[in-house]
Amino acid sequence: MLTIPRNWREKPQRYLFKGGKCKDCGYTMYPTRKVCPKCHSENIEIVDLPRDGTILTYTIVYSAPEGYEDFAPYAVAIVEMTNGARLMLQIVDTDFNDIKIGKKVEVVFRRLFVEGKAGIIIYGPKARVID
Amino acid sequence: MREVAVVGIGITNFGYLWEKSWRDLAVESSLEAIKSSGVSKVDSIYVGNFSGGTFVEQEHMAAILADYLGLLHIPSTRIENACASGGVAFRHAYMEVASGMSDAVLVTGVEKMTDVVTSQGVYSLSMAADREYEGYEGITFPGLFALVARKYMNDFGATRKQLAAVAVKNHKNASKNPKAQFHNIITIDDVINAMVIADPLGLYDCSPMTDGAASVVLMPLDKARQLSNAAKPIKIAGIAQATDTIALAQRDDFVTFKATTEAAQKAYKMANKSPQDINVAEVHDCFTIAEICAIEDLGFFEKGKGAKATEDGLTEIDGKIPINPSGGLKGKGHPVGATGVAQIVNLVEQLRGEAKELQVKNAKVGLAHNLGGSGATVTVTILEVV
Repeated sequence: MLTIPRNWREKPQRYLFKGGKCKDCGYTMYPTRKVCPKCHSENIEIVDLPRDGTILTYTIVYSAPEGYEDFAPYAVAIVEMTNGARLMLQIVDTDFNDIKIGKKVEVVFRRLFVEGKAGIIIYGPKARVID
Repeated sequence: MREVAVVGIGITNFGYLWEKSWRDLAVESSLEAIKSSGVSKVDSIYVGNFSGGTFVEQEHMAAILADYLGLLHIPSTRIENACASGGVAFRHAYMEVASGMSDAVLVTGVEKMTDVVTSQGVYSLSMAADREYEGYEGITFPGLFALVARKYMNDFGATRKQLAAVAVKNHKNASKNPKAQFHNIITIDDVINAMVIADPLGLYDCSPMTDGAASVVLMPLDKARQLSNAAKPIKIAGIAQATDTIALAQRDDFVTFKATTEAAQKAYKMANKSPQDINVAEVHDCFTIAEICAIEDLGFFEKGKGAKATEDGLTEIDGKIPINPSGGLKGKGHPVGATGVAQIVNLVEQLRGEAKELQVKNAKVGLAHNLGGSGATVTVTILEVV
């Protein structure tokens, strides 16, 4: 299903870790949008997201969906970046016992998905615990 | 707007039904609902279905159902809103009758989930989340609700035992529901020691893959009363639908489902009821934590108190507010598109006093809560004896 153009379209957020910031109310979002979900302004600028954030909640996935079986078990967290943007990221390079609510993380660039034997390899952001 | 009543109900067995296709199931529950309603003709059909395309390689199901019911030429429409497809289809049927466009509308929810292996099924279900920003991170539905559970346990000090109490109760209720997928009684220890699916949730915290269909027929209340062979009509006193962010990460609060609180508030207002007026509720317990959040968001318990209340037995059939006497999604099974309609069928049985061993005493007002995705779509329906 993953096609080259589909992934190419996601380049700003997946490869460059860009988000959006509402110039009227300051709300930051990942990915960017045309309309600010908080104040409905269309005055949005593309911004680099900070690389540091905090774990708000997390899980360890043991029963994986098709295509992710080889990664399991793996940790997935909701992370709040230092500018307030919230997003879902896998937590890697970290012992499961060190993953806790409130832990600081930094974003790293990792392989997200391999599109079969002949397909492309999709990369994107994941995170690791740093404290 | 006209007042609207449920006049006919039908439901298939829920479970791994190798011998039946989605078509067999949908026709079976539809015929039962039409025949039990006493209507001489149906004006329109709504089909609630989540993912026929990936589960059985079939889209355009609404036309097939009309065709195989011998009801050609009337409008037939499929509605997809993830696990809330059934509840949303029901709301559309309500609007069509209330508006005066149609006098008898069939709603059928159906899902055939067991023709694919589990990993494919998990993949199909994951499409109800945000594909690009949740799915590609490898999150699953148990994973999404595990994120909610972890936060809830962290914030309110709830225990694994308290979460497990939801599954134990719902299995107990399902054991007395002949249509349910599971008839086995389970213990708190069974739940806690089960295989971990997405930590902290284990196998028994999750609703299963299920085949099944459920149907109802709606009519204007005044015409329903004139039906010679109609079962006692049950009035739709309040109905509402609300939406939240598709991605869980984008919410300010992960343990309060805003779509539930919004839809509930509107449905209560429309029905002129409060949570204290509800005698029985079927809520969307796709995971144990989902039932706990639902009973709080619907106003039955304060935020943070639902887990303890469940452990204390307040949601049992003879408790303060009976929740999921049918066995819920956990015990009865969760054929995704059918669930929202099955909840209505179960409530109508309760309000007619026909729920047999599962009957809640003096049930006059019932509430159904159907949730799609990780809470992006919710319908709340309040039914009342007239």
